[in-house]
Amino acid sequence: MALKIVKGSIDRMFDKNLQDLVRGIRNHKEDEAKYISTCIDEIKQELKQDNIAVKANAVCKLTYLQMLGYDVSWAAFNIVEVMSSSKFTYKRIGYLAASQCFHESTDVIMLTTNQIRKDLSSPNQYDTGVALTGLSCFVTPDLARDLANDIMTLMSHTKPYIRKKAVLIMYKVFLKYPESLRPAFPRLKEKLEDPDPGVQSAAVNVICELARRNPKNYLSLAPLFFKLMTSSTNNWVLIKIIKLFGALTPLEPRLGKKLIEPLTNLIHSTSAMSLLYECVNTVIAVLISLSSGMPNHSASIQLCVQKLRILIEDSDQNLKYLGLLAMSKILKTHPKSVQSHKDLILQCLDDKDESIRLRALDLLYGMVSKKNLMEIVKKLMLHVDKAEGTTYRDELLTKIIDICSQSNYQYITNFEWYISILVELTRLEGTRHGHLIASQMLDVAIRVKAIRVFAVAQMATLLDNAHLMTGNVQRKGICEVLYAAAWICGEFSEHLDNPMQTLEAMLRPKVATLPGHIQAVYVQNAAKLFATVLKNQEGNTEGTAAQETSQLMIDRLPLFVQSANLEVQERASCILQLVKYIQKLQQKDVEVAEEVIALFAGELNPVAPKAQKKVPIPEGLDLDAWINEPPSESESEDEQPKAIFAKEETKHSRPRHTEVDEKELARRREVRKQEQASNPFYIKASPSSQKVYQEAPGVDHIPVVQIDLSVPLKVPGLPMSDQYVKLEEERRQKDRADKKKKEKKKRKEKRSGRGKKHDSGPESEEDITPAHMVDIVTEEMPENALPSDDDDKDPNDPHKALDIDLDKPLADSEKLPVRSHRAAEPLKSPAEDGDAESAASQEPKKKSSKEKREKKKDKDRDRKKSKDEKKKKKHRHEEKGEDLLGSQADEPVVQSEETSEVAAPPASNTAEVSDLDFWLSNAPVPSNTQEAATLPAAVAAPVPETPSGTAPDSEPDEPKDTEPEETDKKSSKHKKKKQKKEKKEEKEKKKKKKHHHHHRHSDGGAEESVQNGTVEEEEEEPLPPMSNYCLLAENSYIKMMMEDADQENDIQGNLQDGSQVVVSVIFENKCDSFLKSMEFNVLDSLNSKLQRAEGSGPHDGLTVPFQLPPVVSNEARFVFTVQSIVMPQKLKGTLTFIVKNEDSSTHEKLDFKLHFTCSSYLITTPCYSDAFAKLLESGDLKCSSVKLEGVIMPFHHLLARICFHHHFSVVERVDSCASMYSRSIQGHHVCLLVKTVSEPVKLEISYNQLLCLKKKKKKKKSVLSDCDLDFSLSVPLPPSLFRQ
Amino acid sequence: MIKSILIFNNHGKPRLIRFYQYFAEEMQQQIIRETFHLVSKRDDNVCNFLEGGSLIGGSDDKLIYRHYATLYFVFCVDSSESELGILDLIQVFVETLDKCFENVCELDLIFHMDKVHYILQEVVMGGMVLETNMNEIVAQVELQNRMEKSEVAVQQPALKSHICEFAWRSVGGPRSRRLCREEHEPARDSPQHQHRRHQYQSAEPLPVLNGHPR
Repeated sequence: MALKIVKGSIDRMFDKNLQDLVRGIRNHKEDEAKYISTCIDEIKQELKQDNIAVKANAVCKLTYLQMLGYDVSWAAFNIVEVMSSSKFTYKRIGYLAASQCFHESTDVIMLTTNQIRKDLSSPNQYDTGVALTGLSCFVTPDLARDLANDIMTLMSHTKPYIRKKAVLIMYKVFLKYPESLRPAFPRLKEKLEDPDPGVQSAAVNVICELARRNPKNYLSLAPLFFKLMTSSTNNWVLIKIIKLFGALTPLEPRLGKKLIEPLTNLIHSTSAMSLLYECVNTVIAVLISLSSGMPNHSASIQLCVQKLRILIEDSDQNLKYLGLLAMSKILKTHPKSVQSHKDLILQCLDDKDESIRLRALDLLYGMVSKKNLMEIVKKLMLHVDKAEGTTYRDELLTKIIDICSQSNYQYITNFEWYISILVELTRLEGTRHGHLIASQMLDVAIRVKAIRVFAVAQMATLLDNAHLMTGNVQRKGICEVLYAAAWICGEFSEHLDNPMQTLEAMLRPKVATLPGHIQAVYVQNAAKLFATVLKNQEGNTEGTAAQETSQLMIDRLPLFVQSANLEVQERASCILQLVKYIQKLQQKDVEVAEEVIALFAGELNPVAPKAQKKVPIPEGLDLDAWINEPPSESESEDEQPKAIFAKEETKHSRPRHTEVDEKELARRREVRKQEQASNPFYIKASPSSQKVYQEAPGVDHIPVVQIDLSVPLKVPGLPMSDQYVKLEEERRQKDRADKKKKEKKKRKEKRSGRGKKHDSGPESEEDITPAHMVDIVTEEMPENALPSDDDDKDPNDPHKALDIDLDKPLADSEKLPVRSHRAAEPLKSPAEDGDAESAASQEPKKKSSKEKREKKKDKDRDRKKSKDEKKKKKHRHEEKGEDLLGSQADEPVVQSEETSEVAAPPASNTAEVSDLDFWLSNAPVPSNTQEAATLPAAVAAPVPETPSGTAPDSEPDEPKDTEPEETDKKSSKHKKKKQKKEKKEEKEKKKKKKHHHHHRHSDGGAEESVQNGTVEEEEEEPLPPMSNYCLLAENSYIKMMMEDADQENDIQGNLQDGSQVVVSVIFENKCDSFLKSMEFNVLDSLNSKLQRAEGSGPHDGLTVPFQLPPVVSNEARFVFTVQSIVMPQKLKGTLTFIVKNEDSSTHEKLDFKLHFTCSSYLITTPCYSDAFAKLLESGDLKCSSVKLEGVIMPFHHLLARICFHHHFSVVERVDSCASMYSRSIQGHHVCLLVKTVSEPVKLEISYNQLLCLKKKKKKKKSVLSDCDLDFSLSVPLPPSLFRQ
Repeated sequence: MIKSILIFNNHGKPRLIRFYQYFAEEMQQQIIRETFHLVSKRDDNVCNFLEGGSLIGGSDDKLIYRHYATLYFVFCVDSSESELGILDLIQVFVETLDKCFENVCELDLIFHMDKVHYILQEVVMGGMVLETNMNEIVAQVELQNRMEKSEVAVQQPALKSHICEFAWRSVGGPRSRRLCREEHEPARDSPQHQHRRHQYQSAEPLPVLNGHPR
């Protein structure tokens, strides 16, 4: 062994370390891959050695190789080995390697759980730190679940170094294991006020990250963050908080109002640019959220814009960039305030930095006007020419089009200019946006009638020069423009100067290289052109020219007939046949031009996208009806392939001539016209027909602008857009001069001529008249395609799972899994959850409560009978005050209490909001408690639905009753001793059991400091003893007692495994024989089933796991699965056992009935009064009430009994009135208001609960003496609705 | 959240990579290449933000980088981080490196990638900023190194120590230009430098504000 170690050490002497590896790689530049592969072989050898140092060294080298792109996952197990080294040095190497290459599908990760847990609890803080850091990179859902509790414990570590790491990693844990969020949140919240700034910052970080994704759940933290914001001096923290507020304000505009002032102050005071910038950003967010409601924030906007201007003017490019970024946010809601900085933004367009130019471009969109559009676009065109790199150029191109076409070409005054801009843009190389330009061309040409002549000329030129676009493969994108060009030339061919030339251009062989859909348009429009040409030629010259044209078509079209593209082929062959036929007619000297033209007659008008939808269905048309009955399936299967084949054949062999006589043609044409006339889809140009089709929107209300065209429509040569700028200037000047001369006339003209559309421009632009008639349908805007609103969250977004309501009290089941020795540990108290939650606010409360109590005693008397509801509200505020202000003495608390009476806003639906309401309302503070006190007291009595908050000095967080108090204590004990051995636990339990038989009051007395004052104030009789065991069955041998009331041992719901109930039964051996082989069996009902051992049938008994010596009792637990908890259950069962004497043994059996009352499904759950109030306000509760008469029992006894036997906890109590709360194991809330109406005879109990709780009980004198309330829960709503 | 941290040199050679979400090795290399391509063609006097986050995450992401001498430090972050804050964080990180390595240069990063990782781990954890106070970071790094040193000393005093001295000095090679100081910048202790350090994130305490919540 020793030899081996020495050998290992010697080997190690010659091992490469990381530096050697790096040096080696640097020295083998030529054959790096080869060198590395030998290194990997060496590493593999090293990993096989036992020496951990060697292994660690190898793993370290692997980490380096991983960076170079080598997959090192094969060494995952070795990495785990190194991680588990006891030496920090190696551990660190291991964790580093793991963090670099482990991920969720690394299978060895599950081996690490225990190692990590060990490291987390290591006494050495750096072991813990390294484990946390590593874990943060490779945490999986399993690890998160298993370690969540350990990490949560670390959040309260003594060392801030560990605390901050633990806090940060919780975010990762939440992401992987969302169930941990609620249990861990109270502690996380607590860390917001950690004394160490690093921990505080970490907590802010995590909460901000959480809140960013699901802001609404964190709205209630706003006051706390507000406090932090106004008190913190750490800029990192401030930035995070301010960013968070930016996310919260859209949800709560009032928050925005509150924020404006401190943010403005920060903007003025801070010297940190980063903070200033974030403040401005959040103010902008606030202003956006307020933009509808609050008009008067121009000062704030001005401040923001002004600060941003400073940023933009800064020489620091970073600030400039951010300034522009923020500016674009303002632009959306307050474009006017940005427009005044146009100069600055235009300046940024010249910036050498592309990012800045792009930002400036974004801003331009909002600042164009009729006046400056040409100027701005001219500038952009210059940039287009200069731009390097296609991305920026493409960006410019889309921006130009966006800017020009926005709001229905609102800012374009001269469409000739726009067309020439578009034509110029086609000369861009390698742009992807050809289709964009094309659609613009089409749109403008169709919708602006006056521009068609010009557009057609331009398009003809484009077609002529088409080779420029098709030549280069790179320019593929731009050839889309030819689509538009061909269509425009064809459709509006009557405007062409030289249609013959264009026709030839469209039939060039080169065209065949264009994409299919463009060729198809070429072919179709060649036919249209052909028609026009024929018409011209027939009118002017002899038939020969026309025949030549036909010949041209016949010569060129076969090229397209051969096209591989179906569309092209089909159209081409169709047209070819047509032309051949025409040629035939021509040869007979028949004039055909008119007929050919008629093929393409009729104008295509723009149709609103929604028009189709609005067309009414003609009477008697049933679109679902079969036109022909469908053939049977088998038939069609057989015939389909044949049909295709046949078609193919006929296509080739079909005689190419189809002779249709003139009359027939004319007749068909007539029919078609009639059809068109009655066809709502076919929209006609003639005004008369338009009126007929008023259902189709968009067509009839087209604004038509009539302007005297002062600009010549034809510009010699290829017009450069620049010329138009000049021309436009001149025109405007002329206009202005005209206007001065004949103002009156002009005004008249304008009124009659200008479309209302154009009045929306800024006032200063009123006098700029468009140079062309604009014929625009609003819906037609191609850029108007708004992004769809369904911004649904990505289903894979891990944050979706974290959308969790954090204000709801923690449920029993929501505990972090704790490693325990016993799998079926039923002793987790629900109160424990509340522990952490209340811990934050408990301390200050304890301190202040006494003083408060003193102060308030006097008031109390006056108030006692004041309105119930009011008290409730008051109470909430009081509590909230404590939460927010923490230890800031009681002064503000009292104050808030006083003001709340008046200042509380009208009741809002959700309590959560109303909590904020108070904080957000800046209401005046007239403290007139007198008034409140004198309010009618009479209202108080008969309002059973609203369980009163009451007792201003009661402490809502402390369940009043002794029972839950004890639970609390127990659970904390358990927490501490979790790790201890089972035996001890068992003993403890027994001890506690004894307690139950004891006088409760002795317990309670010891805890009065934590308890609420009312208990001691009034002199109450000591509580009578209560037993929580009821007799199940008894015979001479054995006595079975079911533990009935103590939910800890009795019934423990387990939400995750469905609804499970644990029943404890005590078996007491009454005889002096030995009892053994006890078998417990229950006849299952549909609803409740005994959980038996695996593999056993439904009628097998369950062996009781012990034997009973004489006069000994022992307890056994049985688990039942319960489906529905709304009905009381009775289960019949038998216990069989063997009684063994010295001489003989007999088989015995004992029958019993297990009685599950509804209240045994309830779990004592402490509830804070505010949560209670929310619950009641939520409106989900139904209520009913019951009066019991003849209850002779002190009120506090009654409460104690209800608590004890029915598992309620007291939320609040005043005099002889108490609200109580409990939860069922399936998460239903049950609220109870108990009050004595006229003592001591009547007792009114009302249930207020989600599901309606019916009380069907016999009430006799004994009613409550044994507390025999029988509940049944009716009509359950799915509890899942309320759980989260 | 910080999505990833990349350090590569002027030729695109990775010096440190740290992804806070999983990518396969090939993907990581591709991200490095593309990021280098984006960043390297930018002048030194343009802004330090790039909206090319499509590599790693959604459109939400930004690349924030700084160029020091021969190295690029690139942080890919989402919108929850303050742009200027991250720039300052990079500065803090580099200055911390400078302190720990005593005049850090690229060679230090080349030969001590692991140490750089350990320092980074004290600054950023799991994609979230852990500590921004340089003294605190340096103190924690030093304490851990001391621990490491003591362990090594106890265990194998005779063996060649692959753990370097406390302040890691560079191994071999001529010392290139220091990282922390850019050429056009004044020496690090001049007032201008101080200014640069707290360029965006000045540490001045803020005056207490009015308008406390009641």
